[in-house]
Amino acid sequence: MTRKVIFPVTRVHEPLRAEVEVEAGRVTDAWVSGLLFRGFEAIMHGRDPRDAVLLAQRICGICSGAHAVAGAMALEEAFGVQATPDGQLLTNLIFAADVLQNHLRHFYLLVLYDYVAVSGQGIMPFVAQQKGDFRLPHTINDEILEHAKVATLMAARAHSMMAIFGAKAPMQQTIVPTGVTEAASSDKIMAYGSILRELKEFVEQVYIGDVLTIAEYYPDYYAIGRGYSNLFSFGMFPAPITGKRAFSPGLILKSGPVEELDAAELVEDSNWSWYDDQAGCRHPNEGKTTPDIDKPDAYSWVKAPRYRGMALECGPLARGWINGDYRRGISVMDRIVARAREAFKIAGLAEEWLAGLTPGAPTLSRYSAPPKGRGMGLTDAMRGALGHWLTYEDGKVTKFQIITPTTWNFSPRDTQGVRGPVEEALIGTPVMDADNLIEVGRVIRSFDPCISCAVHLFEAK
Amino acid sequence: MCMTATFAASLGEQLLPIMREVLAQKQVERPPVVWLELGSCTGNSISLQNSFDPGLEQFLTEVVDLRYHWLFNVVQGEAATRVLLDTVEKEAGRFWLVVEGAVMAAADGRFNYVFSRDKEMVTGLAAIREFAVKARHVIAVGSCAAFGGPAAAYPNPGGALGVWKAVGNKTVINIPGCPANSDWITGTMSHLMLYGLPELDRYNRPKLFFGRTIHELCQRRQQFEDGIFAAFPGEAGCLYKVGCKGPVTHADCPLRLWNNHVNWPVKAGAPCIGCANPQFPDGSMPFYSHLPDIVTPVGRVNVRKIGATVATIGAGMVGTHLAAGVFSRRIHKHFIDGTKPSDPAPPESLAEVKQELDDIIRRQNALLSETKRLEENEARPRRQALLQRIKNFWRTEDKEGKDN
Repeated sequence: MTRKVIFPVTRVHEPLRAEVEVEAGRVTDAWVSGLLFRGFEAIMHGRDPRDAVLLAQRICGICSGAHAVAGAMALEEAFGVQATPDGQLLTNLIFAADVLQNHLRHFYLLVLYDYVAVSGQGIMPFVAQQKGDFRLPHTINDEILEHAKVATLMAARAHSMMAIFGAKAPMQQTIVPTGVTEAASSDKIMAYGSILRELKEFVEQVYIGDVLTIAEYYPDYYAIGRGYSNLFSFGMFPAPITGKRAFSPGLILKSGPVEELDAAELVEDSNWSWYDDQAGCRHPNEGKTTPDIDKPDAYSWVKAPRYRGMALECGPLARGWINGDYRRGISVMDRIVARAREAFKIAGLAEEWLAGLTPGAPTLSRYSAPPKGRGMGLTDAMRGALGHWLTYEDGKVTKFQIITPTTWNFSPRDTQGVRGPVEEALIGTPVMDADNLIEVGRVIRSFDPCISCAVHLFEAK
Repeated sequence: MCMTATFAASLGEQLLPIMREVLAQKQVERPPVVWLELGSCTGNSISLQNSFDPGLEQFLTEVVDLRYHWLFNVVQGEAATRVLLDTVEKEAGRFWLVVEGAVMAAADGRFNYVFSRDKEMVTGLAAIREFAVKARHVIAVGSCAAFGGPAAAYPNPGGALGVWKAVGNKTVINIPGCPANSDWITGTMSHLMLYGLPELDRYNRPKLFFGRTIHELCQRRQQFEDGIFAAFPGEAGCLYKVGCKGPVTHADCPLRLWNNHVNWPVKAGAPCIGCANPQFPDGSMPFYSHLPDIVTPVGRVNVRKIGATVATIGAGMVGTHLAAGVFSRRIHKHFIDGTKPSDPAPPESLAEVKQELDDIIRRQNALLSETKRLEENEARPRRQALLQRIKNFWRTEDKEGKDN
């Protein structure tokens, strides 16, 4: 039995450390840690609630659009206002563009090099080569590397598309409660539509194809990295007026039927995290912790959110299962394939939203914020369920909490010793060479981690 | 002055074609680059990936020789760390150190680990201090790396610092912005490679991109002059009253635009939040509230009267006072009511003192020239009253300085 550490786990967002115990060629135990603490919720404290949308985006550069959407939802509830129909469509379009760039970049910049060998002509830093079981025939391998070059350009185009209505990307600036400050004029609709068509074609003809090719040569990864099989989603992309989400919220426990999720049952545990909270599990509205870097046995800045004592997985695969778009299985490869399929579905939805816009219709409505209020914004981000909880009084934020998707997926153990979803998914992973844990990297990257999002301090007062 | 500005703007446009040509002829060697990410959101790496002309692929294969960036490195763990340490050692004095994210300095840096060496975890703070002295250039990309940025906002739980505060007397080229525009990143790097150090302002920002204010370059500037103001974000008119920080923010967004030149916030109806400012975000918040009242020779101007004031005393005058207010750090102090910022730091170097003195002189000259212009047009009694007000202006300000 040997213990091995991968730090840094490269090709993920932000400092992630993974420690695994390997015995007889298989992973028998795992610990994942986020190694950065910034404390964003404490920063929001005492500020103008309207600023939550823009400041919260600064948590994450790859999923900024998701934080803007969740922040605006929380404020709409707190202010008692609703998005205008075109405002909602534009918000969806901005967010859809951000999701598309994320999915393309996740596959072609981050995940690809786990399966495709770089022979000195790839585009990423190739100073050192990864050793491992690269199985693609030479021609296919090189063809996919060529696609990766185009994909980097397409992902940048997706962000240009986001900027058409969002002013800039990442960190768009136009989403506000009730809608979007940018007007939907015909020239912008056309520009968005033209990039969207290009992207949709690329996703359909290249991205999905490449994913399936890799799946064909690495079929064993349909059986690796299963985890708990507890999936959940907050849903995303509400329709105008009705608020019905294009991706429904839901919960699947142990591969059972789709159930309703009760957001009141979410708790957070910080037993193994560097916070001096001794009281065990708390609802995000009551969490009260301060950093304690010297806490013995703690190993991560990420906390452990749980739902009725269970660790839940979220992300495109969870959305696929809940909505019936993808139900082949739960594994490393299923996560990658579900993500590609989802990109295609979202591109199609974006076309519908674009067609629903009326040039000149109000994209937001004037409102005045009541002196105090409380709101909750739940939406799925690219990599899973994201929640913002906000309370303000006298025009100043008194409580602000966030639980991000990576906090769920990359949570450490809880007080009961229940492993986080990724830790659990790593168990049983076959390892060829304990000094080169390429298989462990494959499992981790299939979740599309974003540690900068995951690390949060709840309610430091 | 005007000439230089025009030249600077056209230089940016001319730079890329020249760079390609030079690179094609292999006259310039690609510099080895180590990109370290500290207390960050990866937003600047994403912004770099959004680059067009050069695109990411061209940038990585033809412009720089990126050896280490944990978002891109194919290898992981120890093997990646070996690449990093090898580059720092073998290319000492040659490699460029690019830093993204604030240096988390609280608890001796232990809020942020970046790699491990001989089973010993190394903090971002220690890594920066060790590598910066060996680097040929140190480049801070994004407002966090440059000045602390959002990570350093009050109460700054992680003790976030800008890189230049953490590495001591090494020159750090700051490319702020949240995130930095990809053109600013690739443009600064190509300037460094082809022509050496670009001209920097007192915050070490390349003047090429940060030489003029958003307000100066804004498409909605005429509406400011005409006193047409939007009352809510997204409406037509100058966005000053709904919080635009353009008058106090140095960046070329209105000319350059974002994401392959498709848009920028004010064009899209969203007020500028001053993300390239050294005081961002505390100095910009609340984002949707206007800059504080301005004290001018004709009394205190609040935002309701600004249109009229602009018409009577001239936009240049109001602009000068906005700039002066920021310079004297009064605006910053007033502005973050409720967020309890620490007191602004006194000038740290002789150069900063000199710069502040220069600003005072420029401000005084602006007042003088305005007075002269009025002298020509106005009747004598009015003029005397104005002169009296100018005297009061300087006195009032002193008094206020103490009050606040």
